[in-house]
Amino acid sequence: MSANGTLDARCPGGPMAERWTRHKFDLPLINPANRRKFSVLVVGTGLAGSSAAASLAEMGYRVRVLCISDSPRRAHSIAAQGGINAAKNYPNDGDSVQRLFYDTVKGGDFRARESNVHRLAEVSNQIIDQCVAQGVPFAREYGGMLANRSFGGAQVERTFYARGQTGQQLLLGAYSALMRQVAAGRVELLPRREMLDLVLVGGVARGIVARNLTSGEYERHAADAVLLCTGGYSNVFYLSTNAKACNVTAAWRCHRRGALFANPCFTQIHPTCIPVSGHYQSKLTLMSESLRNDGRVWVPKQAGDERAAGDIPEGQRDYFLERRYPSFGNLVPRDVASRAAKKVCDEGFGVGATKTSVFLDFRDAIARDGRDVIEAKYGNLFQMYEMITAENPYEVPMRIFPAVHYTMGGLWVDYDLQSTIPGLFVLGEANFSDHGANRLGASALMQGLADGYFVVPATITAHLAGCELPRVTGDEPAFAEAQSEARGRCQRILDVQGSRSVDAIHRDLGLALWEHVGMARKAEGLKLAAARVRELREEFWNEVRVPGAATHLNPTLEHAGRVADFLEFAELLAHDALVREESCGGHFREEHQTAEGEAVRNDRDFAHVAAWGFRGVGEQATLHQEALTFEEVQLATRSYK
Amino acid sequence: MSGPPAAGGAASAMRLSLRIWRQAGPDAPGRFELHSVADVSPDMSFLELLDVLNERLIADGREPVCFDHDCREGICGACSLVINGQVHGPVPEITTCQLHMRHFADGDSITVEPFRARAFPIVRDLVVDRSAFERIVAAGGFVSVVTGAAPEANAVAVPKEKAELAMDAAACIGCGGCVAACPNAAAMLFTAAKVSHLALLPQGAPERERRALAMVARMDAEGFGNCTNEGECEAACPKAISVANIARLNREYLRAALVGRG
Repeated sequence: MSANGTLDARCPGGPMAERWTRHKFDLPLINPANRRKFSVLVVGTGLAGSSAAASLAEMGYRVRVLCISDSPRRAHSIAAQGGINAAKNYPNDGDSVQRLFYDTVKGGDFRARESNVHRLAEVSNQIIDQCVAQGVPFAREYGGMLANRSFGGAQVERTFYARGQTGQQLLLGAYSALMRQVAAGRVELLPRREMLDLVLVGGVARGIVARNLTSGEYERHAADAVLLCTGGYSNVFYLSTNAKACNVTAAWRCHRRGALFANPCFTQIHPTCIPVSGHYQSKLTLMSESLRNDGRVWVPKQAGDERAAGDIPEGQRDYFLERRYPSFGNLVPRDVASRAAKKVCDEGFGVGATKTSVFLDFRDAIARDGRDVIEAKYGNLFQMYEMITAENPYEVPMRIFPAVHYTMGGLWVDYDLQSTIPGLFVLGEANFSDHGANRLGASALMQGLADGYFVVPATITAHLAGCELPRVTGDEPAFAEAQSEARGRCQRILDVQGSRSVDAIHRDLGLALWEHVGMARKAEGLKLAAARVRELREEFWNEVRVPGAATHLNPTLEHAGRVADFLEFAELLAHDALVREESCGGHFREEHQTAEGEAVRNDRDFAHVAAWGFRGVGEQATLHQEALTFEEVQLATRSYK
Repeated sequence: MSGPPAAGGAASAMRLSLRIWRQAGPDAPGRFELHSVADVSPDMSFLELLDVLNERLIADGREPVCFDHDCREGICGACSLVINGQVHGPVPEITTCQLHMRHFADGDSITVEPFRARAFPIVRDLVVDRSAFERIVAAGGFVSVVTGAAPEANAVAVPKEKAELAMDAAACIGCGGCVAACPNAAAMLFTAAKVSHLALLPQGAPERERRALAMVARMDAEGFGNCTNEGECEAACPKAISVANIARLNREYLRAALVGRG
């Protein structure tokens, strides 16, 4: 970080296609006998954390892993349904590393760093090799070769999948590699631990403070480097497709210690989720984007049409994605599909009891391919839908509506995935790096595994080889202070003894954000949202009620700590959205659109990463910019028409 | 834009009596606690019912009921519960988080207990410690391939039927329902699913003997019971993992014992 607030990602120079190879060659190495002298902390065990921990332990580092669940394999990567992209070009339909790179930069609406995206595309093929070797049971053709399907934002079939449970199978693969290292004594695995603070010694990340969720004890963990693999912050909206434990606490605590937070306003709303059914709703369920390969999205042409879907004749249906985007049709990227669904609902064409959903119809696909074929592809998803809604999607169309799903923003990292705090590396969804303003389907799994299996093992070695690290034990004053702060914060929460539950305050926060910082945003609303967040923060610290103590398993207390951090983070989210005066990817500002409602990007003023520095709760954050230059992919208006 | 809308209203609300297991810690005595919950929507999930109960307990200044949960879409395997004596409740092939209240009737009394097994000690209330499963996997539930050493993915053809069978076994979410349902608290279905998944694939072949022996030995050491072919595990499994996998595990084990490669 330089003094004038501009950031240097320290990308290697030279031709794009050679950068990663050359960089790896230029990075210093550590000989195998010396690697065991270094210790690495890995926080989180999703795809990024598990793959990194396993790979680093294989190399010989001493690794300690903390996860929030009772098992590393419960991390939310497990819920990813559709697939993982790679540039194998097995279908011979014109794919290449260059095309995957191009699609990802374009899909991200030109707000991602080209060098990182190219590296991602390069290592994508190796990921598939690795997963197959681990025994991941990917779908196969009759000849025994791997099968592919297509996903949004691409015109080639490059997505590998394991039924509708690709994330589960990839995570079980990475987890099995991790458990092999646990058995070998190279990884110490600590489940049911929550990171509550980052500890810096001499300006370098040297450990964390965590809470043992079962016993309530506060623990100090010292190491030579810290890897943050703690996922995204969608749950700031309360209702999202994320698992209940997903939170921003670990990342936010690092931010408070000096790590810049980049592009928090780049949030992804997924178009195909099951609509909300009642006030008690605790989370939303995604229906995989792969369904849009065969399902057609429509609403009745007549607003308020109360007829059952099957009674509405073909001519009276508006297949609005096919109509507005003839070349990509139902497979436009997620942000485009979500906004189009919102638009028809806002105009009164929505269906269902609340008129806030659209149909996803498989009638034509079943007539074309037969029920068996559709069942083989999507059986478990159809089953899941019926279980939740009590409607049979083989007979009546699904009803879907967008929901918050993924967050492209995250802690700022350089080309080596190192944050602005030396020694703190950030992987997977927790960093901001590869998806720009919008992530394409089947690219999150690719990025998590790329970071963990292939990127960080090279770059962390360079970090450890390149600096003098004094011995740190956990007895240093910085550890004691962080531990006492974490303990104090928990106690303060318990001491409020107010009248409102954590859930109630969290729901209020979610409503305010969904209303003003959701699919469409405008300046006035964003200011209202920020004010409401401040109000709720006040309310939390005066009115929250958390029963029980901090000395035993207390899920309400855990949730309270996470909501307290969401209430600080949400203000930054709204502020970033306010400052970014353009529409790009998942960030849609109503002030910046064409007459037809398409996004208008402002490359002159906003072709940069906005990375924010913490100055205090409620204080205006400091803006740092990383300029984005496009050498390979020409800046253009994203069009899927 | 309006906030996430609340539908409902149409379906009529139910009143339910809950008999819930409370236990302060692994060594504390446990007991059933009675609660009545009104305004239960048929579209609520079972865990949302517990959320509603907990909100009320908090409002009354009492400690909420602890239960494990996370993804709430049936894939993470965190949620558990024995509901009216049935693992994951009365509906086959789902987890508790996917169980909706429309499967109960107004006025029903529902008993909610933790998964009970010697190898799954109770942590608090309905939360149990299932880490024995992790140790079974660590004993051999992997292919020993280091990152970077993998051959080209299509170098080895895998017959589609084999891949599908492997996937059927690999679909296990490790919830422990099979153990809770088994009269002997055996972990055979879990271990069999893990062994089968890799035994069916060429990638798992080089280590199949060592894997079967080591995982079974670990399973026994963890204090799980023996399999007596009751079949309760398959009936309770939210992913319908077949007991045919247990037969395969037995063959793998026997084969390994005969080959003598431990």
